[in-house]
Amino acid sequence: MSQAPIATSRSASGIPTARLAVWWVLASEIVIFGGLIMCYLMFRLHHESWAYEAEATKTAAGAFNTFVLLTSSLFVVLAHNAAEKKDTVKAVRYIWYTIFGGFVFMAVKAYEYTSEISHGYTMFKSVFWSFYYLATGLHGFHVVCGMFIMWMISRDVKKGKNLHRVEAIGIYWHFVDVVWIFLFPLLYIAK
Amino acid sequence: MSFWEKYVFSTDHKVIGLQYMFTGLFMAAIGGFFVYVFRMQLAFPGISVPGYGEVTPLAYNSLVTNHGTIMIFWFAMPVLIAAFGNILIPLMIGCDDMVFPRINRLSFQIFLLSAIILIASFFVPNGGFGGAWTSYPPLSANAEYNATPLGAPMWLIAVALEFVAFLLGGINFITTLMNARAPGMTMYRIPIVLWMIVIASILFMCSVGPLIAGAVMLLFDQTLGTSFYNPAGGGDPLLWQHLFWFFGHPEVYVVLLPAMGIVAEIMATMARKKLFGYKTILYSVIATGILSFVVWAHHQFIAGIDPRMANLFTVTTLLISVPIAELCFVYIATLYGGSITFNTPMLWALSFMVEFLIGGITGIFLGASGVDIFFHDTYFVVAHFHYTFVPIAIIGFYAGITYWFPKIFGKMLSDRLGKIHFWGTIIPFNFIFIPLFLLGAAGQHRRIWDFSNYSDLATPEFFNLRVIATVSLIVMISFQFVFLFNFIKSLRSKEKAPKNPWDANTLEWTADSPPPHGNWPELPEKVYRGPYEFSHPDRESDFWPQDEPGPDPDDPDYKSGYSPDSDIESSSTKA
Repeated sequence: MSQAPIATSRSASGIPTARLAVWWVLASEIVIFGGLIMCYLMFRLHHESWAYEAEATKTAAGAFNTFVLLTSSLFVVLAHNAAEKKDTVKAVRYIWYTIFGGFVFMAVKAYEYTSEISHGYTMFKSVFWSFYYLATGLHGFHVVCGMFIMWMISRDVKKGKNLHRVEAIGIYWHFVDVVWIFLFPLLYIAK
Repeated sequence: MSFWEKYVFSTDHKVIGLQYMFTGLFMAAIGGFFVYVFRMQLAFPGISVPGYGEVTPLAYNSLVTNHGTIMIFWFAMPVLIAAFGNILIPLMIGCDDMVFPRINRLSFQIFLLSAIILIASFFVPNGGFGGAWTSYPPLSANAEYNATPLGAPMWLIAVALEFVAFLLGGINFITTLMNARAPGMTMYRIPIVLWMIVIASILFMCSVGPLIAGAVMLLFDQTLGTSFYNPAGGGDPLLWQHLFWFFGHPEVYVVLLPAMGIVAEIMATMARKKLFGYKTILYSVIATGILSFVVWAHHQFIAGIDPRMANLFTVTTLLISVPIAELCFVYIATLYGGSITFNTPMLWALSFMVEFLIGGITGIFLGASGVDIFFHDTYFVVAHFHYTFVPIAIIGFYAGITYWFPKIFGKMLSDRLGKIHFWGTIIPFNFIFIPLFLLGAAGQHRRIWDFSNYSDLATPEFFNLRVIATVSLIVMISFQFVFLFNFIKSLRSKEKAPKNPWDANTLEWTADSPPPHGNWPELPEKVYRGPYEFSHPDRESDFWPQDEPGPDPDDPDYKSGYSPDSDIESSSTKA
């Protein structure tokens, strides 16, 4: 391909294409997680016993992770802010802070999984635990994907290319954050 | 450019569209072969089917399941949405490509992978999955029930990958239509087929999410041994039915809308009349889309849902026929008083209306919960949804391909052969499914391998009807070779198609046939009016291309008595 098609540079709606596409990706993600959470809620309403299962989740670790994820969201906003001012050094630094937040989140998650599994709370113990592992696992997968994409974007930003992508990944990262805000009370707090 | 670069790893939207189309047609041939095999078994139980052999019960289930799966997910969707969407969207909005050409290529590659996995699942031990395309647990979740320990997860993975491909493609379609339009291509100047394809993409996107989550749950039940759908382990099999049909019903409209869009384009052009009620169509389609999310439980009337809920879903199901009926009336109003050319695309478009109407009307019987309790899982249901899906997928495809063939391939199809193919398809089609309506109303159940085991279904009268259906099917399939012959003959003919053989208004007809990479040497500069200005009283020529400089008759300031000179003045003062 010698040059990019003209299509990629048009913006008839006035919204940049990348931002528009990320919003549509999120629309499809909302129904995926929304469907999962709805299924969980319908089950939960009919199974009082799940409250006892939920007691085994580590609320403190979950709360710490909520804090970590929210902080990393702040960093990605700062990265976007720096990218808008064309300050690539600062943008890259904040992107890496965000990735680090993702690392901490996944490390705490790994600790939780290990200790839960070692106490016998595996995926097969009950449907509550099946949902727990599926929902947090799917969310964790999104965190890891986000970290990977941020790493790729940071390499571009370092060379001063594709600065608009910082905003796109920021929108995505906020979404991952919001999903966790739903999962944390549903799986950890509600007893 | 090398062959690989040009045809296999291309990012050009037209090539990707053709890749989708030919993969879809290849899959349709497999699905068509499957239906031939199991219809032979139903009409002549126990015979060795020519080209296949004896049909075992396990193989019968697998053939039926994969026939349904292939025809919906690997034929209707790739051909109607992905192929026509890819080819038409950039050409009709006056652009050189999609906004994400590489994501477009990726979406096809994932789709191809899903097709390969599905085909591979037919050849693993115990064969392909046989738990019906709806894949209800516990039948689909437990290998000891469905007897396909490998086929079932492979089927599920293939379907999930196919969803991913269409999510990527759909996002690309929506953003392209929103952002890559030529200047002047305002909301109400977009050809209606593009609206339909994009609304279908949005419907797909909003409905498939819960099923993706549900498919992961089913895959875990199958392979890891969780109990999401297993009542013994605290799960609920009904959950899958809700997730499946929450997707499955909007899916009907996902494939219906592009077909209706194709038909609208053809009708307006061939009747030489402005499409009646552009905005009415648009709003009806949006209403259909919204309503399609609240009708899903009409598939579950006998699944043990609350009767009060069944009443509610009966009402919503009957309501959704209102906007669809409105679309039909609007199309008829478009035809009314037009000067109609009965060429092949128009015949397909008109037959779509007639055949789909039968499908729609029989749907009202099934939507009423009281009647559905009797008809549920009979051949009445089979005949009903084939009267919707065959017009959508097969008639819709033939209408589209005969209409846009000159643009896509740069040659004209033979109208004579096209008409032979048309009648050879439409007549046997009705002879297949009218007998099935009768059999279904008489109580013939679906998913039975050999009716001779049931004395009340094994009467000679019933077998006669089954034989009529099977023989008609073979006639219909053999007439598809007429189309194949026509296709190859036209491609090899020396005569080139003109740029605009139908005198249509939309932008794709201003490009060369076939359009080169990049579509136009210079992209259309400006769009001046809507796509359906046919036979305008102020003009000598009976069509008015969208990109021809001049006034817009839909403009409130437009004055009749148009002359070319005043026209240039008014447009320059406006600019």
